[in-house]
Amino acid sequence: MNDSKSLRNRITKTVREIPRSGIRDFFDIVSSREDVISLGIGEPDFVTPWHIRDAAMLALERGVTSYTSNMGLLALRRGIAQYVEKKTGTAYNPVDEVLVTVGVSEGLDLAIRALIEPGDEVLYHEPSYVSYNPLIQFAHGTPVAIQTKKENGFRLTRAELEAHVTPRTKVLLLNYPNNPTGAALSQQDVEDIAAFAIEHDLIVLTDEIYDELTYDRQHFSFISVQGMKERTIYLHGFSKAWAMTGFRMGFTCAPPELTEAMMKIHQYTMLCAPILSQEASIEALKKADSDIAYMKAEYKKRRNFIHASFEQMGIPCIYPDGAFYAFADVSKFGMTSREFALKLLDDQNVACVPGTAFGACGEGFIRCSYATAMDDIKEAMERIARFIENL
Amino acid sequence: MNELLELLKQNALESPENLSKMLGLSIDEVKQQIAAYEKEGVIRAYQAVVNEEKLDASLVTTVIEVKVTPESEGGFDRIADRISRFPEVDSVFLMSGGFDLLLFIKGRTMQESFSFVSEKLSTMQGITSTATHFMMKTYKQSGILMHTGEDDERLKVSP
Repeated sequence: MNDSKSLRNRITKTVREIPRSGIRDFFDIVSSREDVISLGIGEPDFVTPWHIRDAAMLALERGVTSYTSNMGLLALRRGIAQYVEKKTGTAYNPVDEVLVTVGVSEGLDLAIRALIEPGDEVLYHEPSYVSYNPLIQFAHGTPVAIQTKKENGFRLTRAELEAHVTPRTKVLLLNYPNNPTGAALSQQDVEDIAAFAIEHDLIVLTDEIYDELTYDRQHFSFISVQGMKERTIYLHGFSKAWAMTGFRMGFTCAPPELTEAMMKIHQYTMLCAPILSQEASIEALKKADSDIAYMKAEYKKRRNFIHASFEQMGIPCIYPDGAFYAFADVSKFGMTSREFALKLLDDQNVACVPGTAFGACGEGFIRCSYATAMDDIKEAMERIARFIENL
Repeated sequence: MNELLELLKQNALESPENLSKMLGLSIDEVKQQIAAYEKEGVIRAYQAVVNEEKLDASLVTTVIEVKVTPESEGGFDRIADRISRFPEVDSVFLMSGGFDLLLFIKGRTMQESFSFVSEKLSTMQGITSTATHFMMKTYKQSGILMHTGEDDERLKVSP
């Protein structure tokens, strides 16, 4: 094959130009080493609660192995609608406003593809989850990142939004509690951002997968604000609070027109979410409150520990309100995030993720996940303390 | 239950410094609270959870269901207290249901435990019958899995 026909050149320009995820890059380096203590893991260290696993096994025993409705099992959609109404006070019709997806990842892809035409601008905040920017580009939209600031606790402000909105802005994509910063919003923050979205007539995608994991305040959802349900796609899933990452279960709640549009893409690409995972999720919604409370209490102790340890070392770290990440400021050591993370790995066998994996403005920070056993966190903090002493 | 007690039940050797970081208390507050629990008798003792099967000469655990005639004064308490004072007796519980007291006995051999039951326990006044079971294997004790752990199968770095 000559150069113009090389396989690489046959890949679309869009895909070619999107860099590999910084996480994958770092994963390859960490995987080549033995006995690493990893604070780099973005999923719970808890195994899915036993009764949920048991429900999946029972379903398998009953021979539940078929497709489901494209939308997902109605019993599950009913459970989701009840859960969302209980949490946010906003009612969705399980028949045409709830769609079961393969993780929030799929839900986001559906939402963006359903809404974005070439050149449409999507406002979102960085540091952000790794998929936001690429998903917008896959849909030929224009990602417009707002860099949230440490001095604002990485909370998005109305002034920052006003500075970035243009007549081409169509969608506002939000994620609080936030991965990777651990920031959560107050009710006032949510109301301010909602007022902005309404004033500029934007569609809002809100990824609230960490809604259960706030430690010092009750989560307040964007869909709890009057006038927001009509313009919002609410994205949530079972991975985090229920420790069900491998089940790949997410869902969207949105007005019927938007749900129908996402469903069209979903039915032709995914058909439906796996039925065993759906069965397990029905059980998860029925009686996992005490499991969630237990895991949350554990995360809280670890959050306190990791934050206190960084403070003691003189490494500034915003007090994480939610999710299970501490975003520590290591800029004073005169290295890039990536250099710091690589050297820490090399010297002390502790893995964390360079902040730049979540956007350029993550420079100077490292993400440390406290979805890690307490004993490992203790050991990792001792090693980091030793590491910085020798810098 | 109190978070400090929960943490100590998981690991009684946790340092006051670590406890203070986890709970957002000062080290002195943690120390004072622990001292108060000890003084009030809330914390009775600190013990290790031992996997007996790993030891060359493991102890035999005997579980005994005991029926007793409650005394007109003192009910079950007096006889339960008398039984509790034997050093062979590890635990004593008052139960609802088909029997009254549940005993856990530790002995070096089955014979030794049997001797305790036949010579010391059955002959006590007030005991009407006993049913003796020998414990075969411990899978979980005091919240600790004795044989299996759940391996961490997660990717070492993920978004």
